[in-house]
Amino acid sequence: MKGVKFVIAGILFGVIMVKSEAASWYRIQEMFRFQSFHMYGIIGTAVGLGAIAVFLIKKLKIKDFYGHPIVFPHKEKSWPKYILGGLIFGLGWALAGACPGPMFVNFGYGYPTMVIVILGALLGTYLYGITKNKLPH
Amino acid sequence: MIELLKQPWPWYASGTAITFIMVLLLYFGKSFGFSSNLRTLCTLAGAGKTHHFFDFNWRTQRWNLLFMAGAVFGGYLSAVWLKSDQPLQLAPSTIADLQTLGVPFDGGLNPSSIFNWSFAFSPKGLITLLGGGLMVGFGSRYAGGCTSGHAISGLSNLQLPSLWAVIGFFAGGLMMTHVLFPLIF
Repeated sequence: MKGVKFVIAGILFGVIMVKSEAASWYRIQEMFRFQSFHMYGIIGTAVGLGAIAVFLIKKLKIKDFYGHPIVFPHKEKSWPKYILGGLIFGLGWALAGACPGPMFVNFGYGYPTMVIVILGALLGTYLYGITKNKLPH
Repeated sequence: MIELLKQPWPWYASGTAITFIMVLLLYFGKSFGFSSNLRTLCTLAGAGKTHHFFDFNWRTQRWNLLFMAGAVFGGYLSAVWLKSDQPLQLAPSTIADLQTLGVPFDGGLNPSSIFNWSFAFSPKGLITLLGGGLMVGFGSRYAGGCTSGHAISGLSNLQLPSLWAVIGFFAGGLMMTHVLFPLIF
């Protein structure tokens, strides 16, 4: 039953994505057209508070649920993969109007056609996996 | 309480709630990053047999698959119990811009003119939904993370690579919206 807490965290995440409207195709368009502060406010608040939380966890050496130290994964120091991968991601984000989490949330919310977007995302992930060695990283 | 939750949440409440999810997962000894599930699903479908990238022990990501299942259910619960009676408060300028492109605003979360089966199987629909999804999947794995892994977890941990990725996300989104949308729609 160790997994139940992750299901609950996922449910909360799904509710937050819907109620914040971050899972809205319209809101993503509004953001990329700079026509509302809404999405910038959400991301800004999350990152600002997140940075404070991460700082405090490191400073106070807070342990996790199991008593282990909390470790933060370090991202590989490079730039082509972040810029190029990011660009491709952004093109898709604006077009489908959903990033990976909201695709699944929207499917549950009642947009069954999101299955096509999810299939596309799986296909894209697979294509990356098979072409990985030929791409600049 | 339910009445309060049913209203659209202001940005500061939403942002705080997202940080809460990130901290909760850290407390459970995990790192918030949703797109890893796409790789795990490829592995479950058997991609690890032929391609090294997918050959890993998927059980290490079991927690994330459970989180994903919860997210689907959370979406369902929001529709059943927490649906707002008001239409989405989209900026009038966005409504006008989208109208020009032939995507009318219907007050919902997503445009019904795009997310319906007959559009989904039209050439334009396949470009939008399958093509859009494909770029999200390819790009998030190439960049090593999506909005949750880079914009939220990575930037909170002041990771420079995540900043490059987020700059890429925005540059791509702006290019799609301002250059390619008029050609596609």
